[in-house]
Amino acid sequence: MNKWTQTTACLLLVMALGACSSNPVDTAAYPEPVYSHDRIVPEELNDPQVIYDPWTGMNRRIYNFNYHFDRYVFLPVVRGYKFITPDFLEAGLHNFFNNFRDVRTLANSILQLSPDKTAQAAGRVMVNTTIGLLGFVDMASKMDLPRPSEDFGQTLGHYGVGAGPYLVVPFLGPSNLRDGFGLIPDYLLLNAVREEVLADDLQIPAALLDAVDTRANVPFRYYETGSAYEYSIVRWLYTTKRELDVAK
Amino acid sequence: MNYQRYCAIFLVQKKNDKPGVIATMLRKTMHLFWVSCLLLLPVAHSAAADQAYGYPLTDRFVATVVGTPKPLQAKLPEDIPFRSKRIKIFEDRVTPDVLAYNDEMMFSYALQKGAAPLMFLIAGTGASHEGGKNKYMARAFYAQGYHVISLSSPTWPNFVVSATESGVPGHVTRDAQDLYRAMQKTWNEVKGSRSATSHYLTGYSLGALNAAFVAQLDDQKQVFNFDKVLLINPPVSLYNSISLLDRMAENIPGGEDNFGIYFNNLVRVFTDVYKRQKDAVEFGDEFLVTVFKAMQPKDEELAALIGVAFRISSGSMVFTTDVMTDFGFVKPKGLVLGRYADLTPYRQVTARLGFTDFYHEFFYPFYKDEYPGMDRDAFIRNMSLHSIRDYLAGADKISVMHNADDVILEPGEIDFFTEVFADRAKIYPVGGHLGNMEYAENTAHMIGVFK
Repeated sequence: MNKWTQTTACLLLVMALGACSSNPVDTAAYPEPVYSHDRIVPEELNDPQVIYDPWTGMNRRIYNFNYHFDRYVFLPVVRGYKFITPDFLEAGLHNFFNNFRDVRTLANSILQLSPDKTAQAAGRVMVNTTIGLLGFVDMASKMDLPRPSEDFGQTLGHYGVGAGPYLVVPFLGPSNLRDGFGLIPDYLLLNAVREEVLADDLQIPAALLDAVDTRANVPFRYYETGSAYEYSIVRWLYTTKRELDVAK
Repeated sequence: MNYQRYCAIFLVQKKNDKPGVIATMLRKTMHLFWVSCLLLLPVAHSAAADQAYGYPLTDRFVATVVGTPKPLQAKLPEDIPFRSKRIKIFEDRVTPDVLAYNDEMMFSYALQKGAAPLMFLIAGTGASHEGGKNKYMARAFYAQGYHVISLSSPTWPNFVVSATESGVPGHVTRDAQDLYRAMQKTWNEVKGSRSATSHYLTGYSLGALNAAFVAQLDDQKQVFNFDKVLLINPPVSLYNSISLLDRMAENIPGGEDNFGIYFNNLVRVFTDVYKRQKDAVEFGDEFLVTVFKAMQPKDEELAALIGVAFRISSGSMVFTTDVMTDFGFVKPKGLVLGRYADLTPYRQVTARLGFTDFYHEFFYPFYKDEYPGMDRDAFIRNMSLHSIRDYLAGADKISVMHNADDVILEPGEIDFFTEVFADRAKIYPVGGHLGNMEYAENTAHMIGVFK
C-alpha cells in the first residue's frame, strides 16, 4: 500500500463526508481574559494532544450522538443482558465471540506475514473450537496461549499506511480513517465465518449478541472523565494506543 | 531506572515485532521492585527500631505515587454492588451548552438490604465518586455492613457544574454546603425502603478537609447527626498544599516548555499498561499512578508527576469554573461556547497555569467581597482548618489519620493534628500522601475508628 493509495482513500472520504467543522469564533470582539492564549502559550508549542482532526465538527457531533445512543439504548440493553444472563453463560458467550475475533486476528496475522501471531491465533482457534466446545470454553488461555489482537487497520498500518484524519464512527466510537476503513473487511470476514458456522435463524441474534457482548466488555463510558477536555484526551489516547498496537 | 533509558526501551519496543515483550519486561521489573522492597524491609526496621510500622515505601514520593503493593493491601471483596447514578441537584439550573453533559451530578453507592449504618465518602481534589480510593473505601465499608454513598470532590468538573451553588469550588464553607445538600439528595434518591441506623462520614485529602467542615455544618443543621467522622490525610491549609503541588510541577525534565514531550512519553508507558486493564480510564491521579508503577523514576521526576497529575485535574476544573461563572479568566467574558466548540486553546492555557494563579487571580477576587476588611493572607488562613481549630479540638467524634511525611504538608504542619486532635490523631511515620491508605494496617485502623 503506497502513499498514493492512502491519499486517494483520504480524498474519497473527505468528498463523501464533506468538510464539516465548527466555525472559528472571533475572540477579538470580546475583552481579553486574565490569561489569554496569545499571552500564555508560546507559538512553537509542542502539544502532543494536537492530533490531525480536520473533521472535528462532525466528529464532535458523532461523539455526542454516541453518548446519547450509549446512555439511552446501548448500555440499558447491556445491563438487561447482564441481568438476565447467568454468569457462566455470559462468560461462555464472550468466549464464543472471542473465538470469532481470534479468526479475525488469524486472517490479519497471515496478511501481515507474521509467523508467531499466525501460529498463536491458529492454535487458539483450533484448541477452543475443539476441546473448548465450539469456543464456549477458553481452553487456549487456560493453556497460556498468548492472545494477540490484530485487525485490518493494524494490517494497513503494518504496511506503512498512516492513520489519516481522526474519525469518530457512529455507534462504535474513536477511530481514524485507516482503522475505520479497516472495519469493513473485518466485518465481511466475520460475517462470512458466521454464515458458514451458524444456522440461518441464528445469524441476526448472533450479530446482535456479538454487539452487546462487545459493549459489555469495553469499560469506556462517554463523558465519565468529567473533564471538559475529554474529547481531545480520548482522541490523543486512542491515537497513541493504535500507534503502539501497530508497532507491536 | 532513569527516564532516558525508559524512552530507549520504548524505541526498542516499537521496532520489536514480538508481542508481549514490553509487558513481560514491565512485569518482571515490577516483580523485582517489590521483591527488593520486601527484602529491604528488615533493614528499614533496624534503622528505625522503635517503629513497628511495616509499610515498606519509606520514600515519600515513591509512596505517594506507587501506593500499596497488592499483596500488602487489606483483603477486601472485589465485587460489591457499586453502582453509579445521576441526579439533578438544582432543578432550575440551565447548564452552559459546552458543559451540557455535566448537567446532572454523578455519584455511586453500594447498599445493604434493610437497615444498616450509612457511610458517606468524599473524594480528594479532582477525583470522582468512582475513583480508585473511593472505590477502595466503599469495598472496605460495604464489607463491614455499611450502606455506602460515594461523592466526588467539589473540584471534580461534574460536581462543579451540577452541584456547586457558586460554580467556584475550593471555598471551605460553601463546599460543605454543596456536599451536605448532595448527601441529602443522594440518600433520598437511593434509599427506597432502607433505613440508616447511624450516620458516618469520611474523606481523603481535600475530601477530608471538606468532611471537617461538613461535620461542623451538620452540628448546626442536624440532618444526619454524624456519630463519627474520619479525616484521612487532609491538608491543613488548602493554599499551602496547592502551592506545594504547583512547585512540584516545576520539576518537569527540561522545564515547562517540555511539558508536552514529557507527558507524551508518560502516556506511551500508560497506554501499554492500560491495554491490560479492565478498569475504566480515569484521567485523574490514578491513571498516572498506574503509569509510574511501571517506571520507578527519580524523586524529582516523581514530584513532577504528582504536580502534573494535579495540574491535569486542576486545569479542567479551572476552565469549567470559568465557564460556569463567566469570570473571564481564560475564556473571554461574554463569549458563549457552543456544545461542539474546540477547547484546545483553553486546554493549552490551563495546562500552563498553576493552581496558585487561579487562587490569586480568580478565587480570591471572586470571593473577597464576602469578607470585607479581610486581606489576602487572612483570607487564605480562613480557607484552612485553622479557621475551625477550636471546633475540631472539642469535637470528640472527629478523628484523623495522617502521615508525618505527607508531601502536601509544609514542614511542621503535621503538628497541627497532634496538637488539635491529641489522642484522636493517628500519625504514621511514613506513607507520603495516601500511599499507605490501602495498607492492611491502615485499612484496619480506618475501619476500627468507626467501631
